[in-house]
Amino acid sequence: MTTTDSPPDAQPGRLKPPARRRNHGDTERGFSRVFRWITTGAGAFLLLVLAAVAVFLIARGVPALAASPEELSAKGGLPAGMDSLWDLVGPLVFGTLLAAAMALLLATPVAIGIALFISHYAPRRAASVIGYVIDLLAAIPSVVFGLWGGRTLAPIISDVWVWIAGVLDFLPFWTVNVTNTGRSLATASVVLAVMVLPIITAVSREVFLQTPTLHEEAALALGATRWEMIRTAVLPFGRSGVISAAMLGLGRALGETMAVLMILSPGILYSFQIFDSGQQQTIAAFIASRFAEASGLAVNVLIATGLALFVITMVVNMGARAIVARRKEFSGAN
Amino acid sequence: MSATTSITDDTGAVERTRALLTAADTGRKRTDRIMTVLIYGAFTLAVIPLVSLLWTVVVNGIERLDGEFLFTSMRGVFGGMDMGGAYHAAVGTLMITLTATVISVPIGLLVAIYLVEYGRGALARATTFFVDVMTGIPSIVAGLFAFALFSIFLGPGAKLGIIAAVALSVLMIPVVVRSCEEMLKLVPNELREASYALGVPKWLTVVRVVLRTSVAGITTGVLLSIARVIGETAPILITAGVSDSINFNPFDGRMMTLPVYIFSQYRQGPVPCREDAIDCLVNINFERAWAAALLLIIIVMLLNLIGRLVTRWFSPKLR
Amino acid sequence: MVGALALSLAACGSDPTTGAEPTETEGGEAISGDFAGAGASSQESAMEAWVAGFQSSNPDVTINYDPAGSGAGREQFLAGGVQWAGSDSALDDEELAASAEVCGADGAIDLPIYVSPIAVAFNLPGVDSLNLSSEVIANIFNGEIKKWNDDAIKADNPDADLPDTDITPVHRLDDSGTTENFTEYLSATAPEAWTDEPDGVWPLEGGDSAEGTSGVVGVVTDTEGAVTYADASKVGTLGTASIKVGEEFVPFSAEGAAATVDASPRVEGRAEHDFAIEVDRTLTDPATYPLVLVSYAIACTNYADEAQGNFVKAFLAYQASEAGQQAAADAAGNAPISAATAEQVAAAIESITVG
Repeated sequence: MTTTDSPPDAQPGRLKPPARRRNHGDTERGFSRVFRWITTGAGAFLLLVLAAVAVFLIARGVPALAASPEELSAKGGLPAGMDSLWDLVGPLVFGTLLAAAMALLLATPVAIGIALFISHYAPRRAASVIGYVIDLLAAIPSVVFGLWGGRTLAPIISDVWVWIAGVLDFLPFWTVNVTNTGRSLATASVVLAVMVLPIITAVSREVFLQTPTLHEEAALALGATRWEMIRTAVLPFGRSGVISAAMLGLGRALGETMAVLMILSPGILYSFQIFDSGQQQTIAAFIASRFAEASGLAVNVLIATGLALFVITMVVNMGARAIVARRKEFSGAN
Repeated sequence: MSATTSITDDTGAVERTRALLTAADTGRKRTDRIMTVLIYGAFTLAVIPLVSLLWTVVVNGIERLDGEFLFTSMRGVFGGMDMGGAYHAAVGTLMITLTATVISVPIGLLVAIYLVEYGRGALARATTFFVDVMTGIPSIVAGLFAFALFSIFLGPGAKLGIIAAVALSVLMIPVVVRSCEEMLKLVPNELREASYALGVPKWLTVVRVVLRTSVAGITTGVLLSIARVIGETAPILITAGVSDSINFNPFDGRMMTLPVYIFSQYRQGPVPCREDAIDCLVNINFERAWAAALLLIIIVMLLNLIGRLVTRWFSPKLR
Repeated sequence: MVGALALSLAACGSDPTTGAEPTETEGGEAISGDFAGAGASSQESAMEAWVAGFQSSNPDVTINYDPAGSGAGREQFLAGGVQWAGSDSALDDEELAASAEVCGADGAIDLPIYVSPIAVAFNLPGVDSLNLSSEVIANIFNGEIKKWNDDAIKADNPDADLPDTDITPVHRLDDSGTTENFTEYLSATAPEAWTDEPDGVWPLEGGDSAEGTSGVVGVVTDTEGAVTYADASKVGTLGTASIKVGEEFVPFSAEGAAATVDASPRVEGRAEHDFAIEVDRTLTDPATYPLVLVSYAIACTNYADEAQGNFVKAFLAYQASEAGQQAAADAAGNAPISAATAEQVAAAIESITVG
């Protein structure tokens, strides 16, 4: 806590757990043992909660999975012409992944840039203020992002998309459609990118700041420019942190609801027409837009799609954690 | 670039760095300048939406954010009436967040203690892993979970503050665990060992030494985790519903919260005013939505600020 | 800290003094307690006015209306979770049968309490109104007509200055009664151009959409050349279409909407006091405006709980009364139901038994 006043939750496992101190065997008597049970119980309870989330989603989703095509098309609240859950979940998963991937693609380079700006370019006093300002972005509720993205950003940015679509016109076999309202996946992705920016920035910044000063000074002493110092000392050191940061951002982008709901004109298609309206939809926004009017089997269908979202985020997060855990061994921290 | 442990004992890195440094000087300088420009550019790029958004919220919200807005509910307010406020929503946000905090903090803190002080073996590894995984649960999924859980007991129409609090807890617990864990790890082992040496039992060491030392950090962590969930909309929308009246009891009846208030005011849209109406404002709903957005941002900012100040002022000087 | 904030807030907050005139309630009995309704979001603005008016004359009553949607409202009502429901469609036969469980042998009844014209609204600078037949509207929304200066539009609007702008149709993305009534109107009056079944969810693929009435109106306001359908009271400064009724083009009006309800037949085979209406979209009388949304209050014919029964009777009677309909019209801009309909609805409410 000497150089930064960083948020404490933004230190990606840098500090090794205290070394194994002692055997708890003989000294643990009386309440100490009870206390250990209580804390261990809390740990187990946490796993139980996660399991409960899965169990309840499965339990309420199963009726939709088990329902016959006739039941689904009659009462399942599926879009017209669909009679299988996969017709719905497939394009939704596609749209969710596409939106999140585009958001990540936009946000990660910028976030690394800002993190480097704060850690190595800006004057120290300014850096902490700037860090706070970026954290502010994380504090803005998603419904406000929705208001802003839908009414302020979309009408402005639609001109940009029209222009890009015009530039891309030369492509053979591929007509780039574009909507005049700006309510396309591209706009939603831009807003998602802005929303995940502070998460990626905060985590990356923490790792960059923890680069051993010796490494940096060694690089500078060898005559490296500032960028070369960053490239040879800071970035390699922070790589696993940046990956984990990006994955955290991805998790956030996958599950974001209100902003997408208020910005995107959705459609249930497998489509790469990111500048057009009525093409893709994300799972979370689909649930939020349909939940209010859903009843009976339609609720089960929505919970089943929620289960799909849950599984995706689980897989992404578990994959990310696994990568980070493996990288950690080589990262050379301490 | 492979991840180098330390430049001094990695000859490969020294070679590479030296090779890099003996290359043509102008090219390196140019690259450095380009990267500097790009990095400043990245920062500017991020500031544009932030400024635009804050500007929009402040300009649209400041006018209506007054005493009356803060301290009156929407009970009996309809149409284009120039009155009513977000008091009931503030109360709901407060009660739901408070309930979620009461649920999350003890559990989160105990899990953190378990991980730091006792954690070993398969259970601890699984817990560490899944705490990280849980931070990625989408908020709408947490809402669906709470809905599914309570609808078993209370039927599909049940809308209570407590359901929303449970949904928020699912989102909040992993954040609390993470931040508390980091704080507990910061407590030097020497303190623990000194305590053991004096014959203090382990649980008392944890409570009186470890927790007391890290109380500032834990407070900060809790405040930041509150800030993380206070702006959630989707899970509350499907679990606590909407209401016009003040409700302090999360176990009885619907509750309004600030984010849902913003959404529902926005959804109501412009008011059809008759031409001869005097006290009818066409855009009153939008004005309230923006004012509530401003209020919410201010609350979250304050939570962040207080959290930081607590760390700065009260944290023991460890290094 | 948070606790202290809670206490300080708790000490100062209050309900606003709205200064609304207390309205007389019939029966004279004091009603008190907490009551909940749920259902159509289309009724939300009107319901706020009703709740406010009723609460000001019955200060011990707290009413919460959850605009969770028609389907959710009916479901919660049938599960006994709420005392009455607002719904854009009447109970179907299956739901009617299920209602016996909470309402006793006679089940529940549907009362048309909220009528509102739906407007076709567009954003064309300098054009305030257009004549659009239902075929043209259908072709605009299904993408057959792509430009505002299309010959089909010109033919009905010889005097309008139509620009060469792309048409951007915008529809509701959520499941809504507005969409259901709009698609029902199109499929009834232009079956050749509009081949999809009426549905609360927009049946076509692609196209622009937004959440809620204010969402679609917002998008159209921001986009030149856009067109949507929305609750007529919420379209603000947008241009609106006159639709073809019989041989004339009729702009939307509250009177036309109420007249449409009067001219439409009731659903057959229902109980005496059930007013489920089959809106006749093909009326030819130019005094009517058949593109309307009819939303119902759904209540039990019998309430075992005395307090609940008395409340529902008094509250629905207030909604159907002239004062109630006028309060809703002032707040929501909908069409007050005609005196004839109001009289029948009042009789139906009177028939609700308590205990």
